[in-house]
Amino acid sequence: MAGILSYGAYIPLRRLGPGTQGWNATGEKSVANWDEDSLTMAVAAAIDCLGDIDRKTVDGLYFATTTPPYGEKLAATTAAWATDLRTDIVTADITDSLRAGTAALRMAADTVAAGTAKRLLVTTSDLRTGSGNMNNNLGDGAAALLIGDGDVIATIEAGYSLNNELLDVWRSSGAGNVRSWEDRFVFEQGYLKVVPQAVKSFLEKTGISLNVVNKAILYGPDLRRHRQMAGILELKPEQVQDPLFDKLGNTGNAFSLMMLAAALEDARPGDNILLVSYGDGADILLLKVTDKIKDMKERWGIKRSLAAKTILPSIGEYNAYREFANSDPEGFGGSSASVIARERDAIYSLHGVKCLTCGTVQYPPQRICTNCHTKDNFEPYSFADKKGRVFTYTLKYGGDIPPFARPGVDTMVDFKGGGRALFGMTDMIADEVKVGMDVEMSFRTLGSGGGIHNYFWRCMPSRESWLAKEAK
Amino acid sequence: MDSIKDKIAIVGMGCTKFGENWDKSAEDMMVDAASEACEDAGIELKDIQAAWFGTTRLGTAEPCATALKLDYIPVTRVENLCATATEALRNACFGIASGVYNVVLAIGVEKLKDQGMGGLGTVSGAGGNGTLEWGMSAAMFFARMATRYMNHYRLSYEEFKQILAKISVKNHHNGSLNPRAHFQREITEEQAINAPMVSWPLGLYDACGVSDGSAAAILCRADMAKNFRDDYVLVKGLGLAVGARQGYLQPDYDMVHMEESVRAAKQAYDMAGIKDPFKEIDLAEVHDCFTITELVITEDLGFCPRGKGPEYVKNGTFKLDGELAVNPDGGLKSFGHPIGASGLRMIYEIYKQMQGKAGPRQRKNPSLGLTHNFGLNPGSGIGSVAILGQRD
Repeated sequence: MAGILSYGAYIPLRRLGPGTQGWNATGEKSVANWDEDSLTMAVAAAIDCLGDIDRKTVDGLYFATTTPPYGEKLAATTAAWATDLRTDIVTADITDSLRAGTAALRMAADTVAAGTAKRLLVTTSDLRTGSGNMNNNLGDGAAALLIGDGDVIATIEAGYSLNNELLDVWRSSGAGNVRSWEDRFVFEQGYLKVVPQAVKSFLEKTGISLNVVNKAILYGPDLRRHRQMAGILELKPEQVQDPLFDKLGNTGNAFSLMMLAAALEDARPGDNILLVSYGDGADILLLKVTDKIKDMKERWGIKRSLAAKTILPSIGEYNAYREFANSDPEGFGGSSASVIARERDAIYSLHGVKCLTCGTVQYPPQRICTNCHTKDNFEPYSFADKKGRVFTYTLKYGGDIPPFARPGVDTMVDFKGGGRALFGMTDMIADEVKVGMDVEMSFRTLGSGGGIHNYFWRCMPSRESWLAKEAK
Repeated sequence: MDSIKDKIAIVGMGCTKFGENWDKSAEDMMVDAASEACEDAGIELKDIQAAWFGTTRLGTAEPCATALKLDYIPVTRVENLCATATEALRNACFGIASGVYNVVLAIGVEKLKDQGMGGLGTVSGAGGNGTLEWGMSAAMFFARMATRYMNHYRLSYEEFKQILAKISVKNHHNGSLNPRAHFQREITEEQAINAPMVSWPLGLYDACGVSDGSAAAILCRADMAKNFRDDYVLVKGLGLAVGARQGYLQPDYDMVHMEESVRAAKQAYDMAGIKDPFKEIDLAEVHDCFTITELVITEDLGFCPRGKGPEYVKNGTFKLDGELAVNPDGGLKSFGHPIGASGLRMIYEIYKQMQGKAGPRQRKNPSLGLTHNFGLNPGSGIGSVAILGQRD
């Protein structure tokens, strides 16, 4: 039976919260850095989910989002390249709905059940902006689930979907911000009406009682309505999965699967998890946790993602990030589609080469070995999952670096296991960068120009180092 | 392999004032530099049999032929980044050494001040493959070497900045004695240390300026040189080494030296028969695009042991009145760096020093001088060395 083999999550380092100038809401919400988008966050979650699982065993990748980088051009393909999957796999972007994440999950389970694929990676990610107060509520983040059969950590016991036509929350093609109709309509005719109806139908259809549910993961537009929903469904407080509104915000289509990742972090064998997502109707799934959860290697997941954080100094800086991300400056154009295509393994998969004659690893790929000068005798070598150390660096004050990113940090990284390459650094405190500091690689956007989104890798201080800061 | 030593003579040179030459085009500056060189050699432009023309900004040989009205003779455009002008001279030397030409012109020019910006510029553009980082500039490449130098030799930031400041102060002092320099003003160590940061740890006074300029040389077969003048200067050795990204591909590369400079110097020293460069060379014009570059070059060229550059700087060894004057004309620090002209500007200073015509900067009886250029960046560069000497 199809189920979940592994899970992963990604929450960006930055938060708006008390301490952020201009922030007038309670609690915190996660916000993507200026070099992140829905695709890069999905890749980070996917990499977390895969851990040391052989990537060549993955038969497909679904990317669920309401905020894809392109209107036409598959992002799942780029995500698959960045996670170093095979090419004979199925890929699809599942978009346009807050239910995209659970839709992708159901589609993946069905694909596996149909025998089309053995293992499918479901990624879900959102970076939404809304107008006015709505924006206070929207957080950025991603989750990933590996769906397959065999040693699953949770089985999918039952599912139910309800389709409901309603303009409650929406965003037009080309528009930047999410809009909504008036609150009373949105909640009373939408969320608060449709979800109980769907849950009721699900229970009737399956003959299951909510009493057997150990954790109920309820999508909620905000904290107040989430509480209301738990009340309507008459769930005991300990049955309700923490929605993290005060730490994360509503992460759109990724929200329910991020909560699922958090639930799995604490789950015990035999637990029943009810997953409820909402948007143009509702998706409901019942999952049962198996003994295999005990064998699963720890993931970076939700808890540590939440603990590794830094509070942005001002709302203005955050607004500048988003403005910059949407600006598509001509000055940063000049990318060539044919060059990117030729070098896609080096760019998206961060593949260098290893010389089969002398063993020297090198980046970018060479035709003639830098060490032994043997021609064309290499195998691909991935640097994306390698840790490294800063060999040297400089802080750049150039006027063309976006003000919020000044000084930029440019590094030369020596990788453990060999190889050296040049990278910009991200998610660092520039003053704390040192020769010899540990870094890891992160897939980021380098800005767009002429309508082309440029993606590449940057190095960043190890995420553990942020946990240590939190502990101080 | 044969040596170029004593086969080629420089019999005339010209050099414009370097600076913001708003009223001069590249063509105007070439006319000025070439005219001075011809007059110095006692020839006319029509006596030139072939020319090698160094520039990075002008795309063809034609502007040189047009400016100087070099009617229907071979003119070759040469480009090798910061070594461009020295490359014009090097190839001109080989043209003569081949026996095909007797009297040739090597000329370099760059008109940078028409591009509308103060620095060489930063490159921000996703570039062809979309992976170019924001704010890439020459400064950051050399700043990376500076960071490494500090760390490798365990110098504190304060100690290190003071050493770099001393280099800057020295070169600005020399430039203050040179009417052809762009900047002719002394600066203080405090000014240099406290200047705004360009690319940490390098500040404004660690970087050279941007200017316009042109310089030219008339070369001939050494056995003909006496027909032109008595105090001609001989080419003793030429070296060029180009990196293959070893510093970026090989983690054992230390990033506190520039192998291309070491290799180019070795080629030139071997040709010139130089065994102990510190003792034998009287003065050197080296590529101080940044102060850290000069510090490392003095080690790369064997003027001092590895890691001892700071000590030599503190002792004043490389000052105008020191044991080995480095950048006696003020260097790139004072002249700026019109890329295609700089190498010949350096050779101009050595040439004048050999002839005893360097005015307030004149060293006592120099017999051997060196010029050095470094293009691209530490880790993978273009190292170029020329050695010039008095006639016997």
